[in-house]
Amino acid sequence: MRVLMKIKRFNPERDRAPYWAEYEVEVEPVDRVLDALEYVKWHLDGTLTFRRSCAHGICGSDAMLINGRNRLACKVLVKDLGSPITVEPLRGFPVVKDLVVDMEGFFAKYRAVKPYLINDELPPETERRQSPEERARFDDTTKCILCGACTTACPSFWANGAYIGPAAIVNAHRFIFDSRDRGAAERLAILNTRLGVWRCRTIFNCVEACPRGIDVTRAIAEVKRALLFSGT
Amino acid sequence: MYAGRERPTGGFELFAWFFMRISGLVLIILVLGHLAIMHVIHTVDEIDFDFVARRWGSPFWRTYDLVMLWLALLHGLNGLRMAIDDYVHRRGWRVVSLAALAVIGFVLLAMGTQIILTFEAPTGQMASGLP
Repeated sequence: MRVLMKIKRFNPERDRAPYWAEYEVEVEPVDRVLDALEYVKWHLDGTLTFRRSCAHGICGSDAMLINGRNRLACKVLVKDLGSPITVEPLRGFPVVKDLVVDMEGFFAKYRAVKPYLINDELPPETERRQSPEERARFDDTTKCILCGACTTACPSFWANGAYIGPAAIVNAHRFIFDSRDRGAAERLAILNTRLGVWRCRTIFNCVEACPRGIDVTRAIAEVKRALLFSGT
Repeated sequence: MYAGRERPTGGFELFAWFFMRISGLVLIILVLGHLAIMHVIHTVDEIDFDFVARRWGSPFWRTYDLVMLWLALLHGLNGLRMAIDDYVHRRGWRVVSLAALAVIGFVLLAMGTQIILTFEAPTGQMASGLP
């Protein structure tokens, strides 16, 4: 099938403002949007720039705004979108070139919540054991691939780029509710600020945007509740 | 699982968030009750000065209205504060709009509270031709 790709392009070295470029591509209905983008790059215009790595919905590098919604280009099929297909860079991040955005601020916030196991107690002889129920407590938030789809779908983040954002909170949640971890208080203190969890207005855009199906708003609500019950 | 751990400081935002939840729940009951009494059971045609005076003769209804006034106003003001927080970025405009919000909120709360607490029904001639 023939599909019209409308791609928002921008080269900061040449263009004064972003513009829409249109490409007609020949694809199979079961091809992904990523295949259509690669077709453009390989056969029509080699200057088109976008990120992709594993191309199987795990690495999280090809999140972009496709037909007005944040999705992974490698996870959405052309036949489910029809023609034309519009592709734009994620909203709220500075554009480096075409579909590539600067995610440094995003990862700085991720690092701020200490997304690693904190436990100074001597490890037992074998391993730190955990029951299936204790593991299930934070199972949902282990699925995050840090693609940035949730944070860049969040109106609170658009309104104030200093907001720590849903992705960082999800990754804090993953350790806060881990029975082996001892750093919950540190992380909760980091999130207990105006630009932390309290910026969340429960808009649910993050839930809709997450390509991994994480119930992001619920995770944020659980962090808020943990703050409430951890004493003030 | 947080017991015994170092406790993070709560702060105003935590309190504001919790207040919004609780006041929202209480307001659903209060406002629906208010709506039923003042607009369904009694219509605007039969509500006059006498009606209000009789109603406020009972401390129950005064308390009811006072709680509803405080919760509804503070709930709404906090919502507006968040909207300003999100959309007003210029420092000068922020200060002006937040200050205006605080002043308007204080004046409305003070006026409403004063009326509810100090209202005195004129004795004797309640059913007469008062406005």
